[in-house]
Amino acid sequence: MSASSILTVSNLTKRFGGVYAVSDLSFDLNPGEALGIIGPNGSGKTTLVNLITGFVKPERGGRVFFRDRNIIGLMPYDIANLGIARSFQMVRPFTHLPAYKNLVVSLFSPKVRKFKGGKYGDRDEMAIDLLEEVGFERDSFVPYKAAGSLPHGYLKRLELARCLALEPDLLILDELFSGMSMSEIASILPLLEKIQAEGTTLIMVEHRLRELFRIVDRVIVLNFGAKIADGAPDEVMEQDEVKRAYMGIEVEPDA
Amino acid sequence: MAATYRKERLDRGIKARSDDIFALASYRDLAYLLLPRLLLIGGLLLVPLLEGVLGLYWLNVILIACTIALLALSWDLLASVGLISLGHSLFFGVGSYIAGALNYSLGWSPLLTLPVAMVAGALICTLLIYPILRLRGIYFALITLALPLLFMRVIEATKILGGTEGLSSLSPLPGQPLVLYIVLAAVLVCFFGYRRLIDSDYGLVLRAINDNDRSVMASGINIYHYKAQAVFIAALPATFAGAFLTHHYRIVGMPAFSLEYSILPLTSVIVGGQGSFAGALLGALLLVPVSESLRAFGTLRVVLYSVMLVIFTVGLPEGIFPYIRRKYHQFERPVPVEEGS
Repeated sequence: MSASSILTVSNLTKRFGGVYAVSDLSFDLNPGEALGIIGPNGSGKTTLVNLITGFVKPERGGRVFFRDRNIIGLMPYDIANLGIARSFQMVRPFTHLPAYKNLVVSLFSPKVRKFKGGKYGDRDEMAIDLLEEVGFERDSFVPYKAAGSLPHGYLKRLELARCLALEPDLLILDELFSGMSMSEIASILPLLEKIQAEGTTLIMVEHRLRELFRIVDRVIVLNFGAKIADGAPDEVMEQDEVKRAYMGIEVEPDA
Repeated sequence: MAATYRKERLDRGIKARSDDIFALASYRDLAYLLLPRLLLIGGLLLVPLLEGVLGLYWLNVILIACTIALLALSWDLLASVGLISLGHSLFFGVGSYIAGALNYSLGWSPLLTLPVAMVAGALICTLLIYPILRLRGIYFALITLALPLLFMRVIEATKILGGTEGLSSLSPLPGQPLVLYIVLAAVLVCFFGYRRLIDSDYGLVLRAINDNDRSVMASGINIYHYKAQAVFIAALPATFAGAFLTHHYRIVGMPAFSLEYSILPLTSVIVGGQGSFAGALLGALLLVPVSESLRAFGTLRVVLYSVMLVIFTVGLPEGIFPYIRRKYHQFERPVPVEEGS
């Protein structure tokens, strides 16, 4: 592993029964880099996110270093407090709480409380500010509605806001764009570009390639849990193996 | 064709106005907010003065109802964190036995045993439950069901703490005529304290854990610490109730761990409505007197009681309190249904 990397994944393996969800995966990530992870359904993308964030424990031998510290074996909340925030592919809002109160939970976490402080009521203000940033209409009733009654696009943005509330150094977005309309994605792209420009390292698991390639400068392609390509987006997409695995294109039928 | 109507439910104007700081705008808005609260506080504090009307027997029933109300409030707080307990008599019994043992063997006065049993009992219960906090739903419920039974059998088998006969001739509570006030004050403190707690940012995290614990973990919050703290806070009124009844009856025995103290708080919350604490309080203050007044029917009592529970849960699944609250905050009016919509 290189001394400058913020995240180092080495020999990560996860088996569910006889199936290898992630097999012997290694990569380095430099601070400020934006990495896209793509691959067909069931190729282990979400499992990889779960492994990095501590929701799933890997097989023996796998290591994940965050700023030269092995984070395998830590609980998900400890990892979050180190500065890794993740969103869930299946949105997991607190359905009974108003949208802005969803964020107050994140703002109440030990790490955020330490550098932001705030009494009861202050966090409500911070939450509304954050919601405005991800595209909630500030003066409407939307931020005050129960999260369970919001449309899917808003829930995705709420999920993003929950991650941003933690002010992470590494932000992992698991299929943020899935289920969002084109206009919703278009409204969120500048925010992601801004987050990246501010120096936050970004990992995006995505199926929407065109939008993904606007943000990331490097792509890793997974197939059956293994890395089949790693590099700049346009170079990677030119590789035959990637085309075959991901796009289902038979490049050379007789090969 | 006759126009069809549907029911429309709207917030009263006064509710929207008094939701926030604007409540201070007028005496009418202020009264709208304060009336239910004053009714509760005034009603409860008046009860002991009605000795002439109710008689000692019914005052004692109200005293028991109040201890069950403490258990129900405690049950409601645990349920708000997503921990469904089927063994609330664990808290009650531990509090009872600590108070009883301290008074019996060390001769401590009830003024000392009550707070000690409350805090130490809550600590012991939290330590007992801590290992199973990783369990959720029915698995957690099942183990809580077993814990009080375990205590009962241990006391029976090892004959510690008086064995099957229990510890008797304990000191009575001081200030006899005012005993009812002690438990009434405890109920009020617990009720308003819990309401305040669950509305704070801290309480928000507790409710969020109930909603989705993985998201709370992803937000960097150690849910097991929060659950353990919630168990401790929830155990306080329950262990107090146990210690209180021990000194009131001047005896403590194995029935302190009996199923009655697990089921009554649970049914109180189900009948009254979960999540607001007012429902738990209302449920306990209704169910215990009703169950007492059915004593005249002898063995049929349980049947009548069960039928009543079924009618309530089927007819008002949300609970009595949410129904009353809705009627207080909202009005209904018929609206014609438009064609084609």
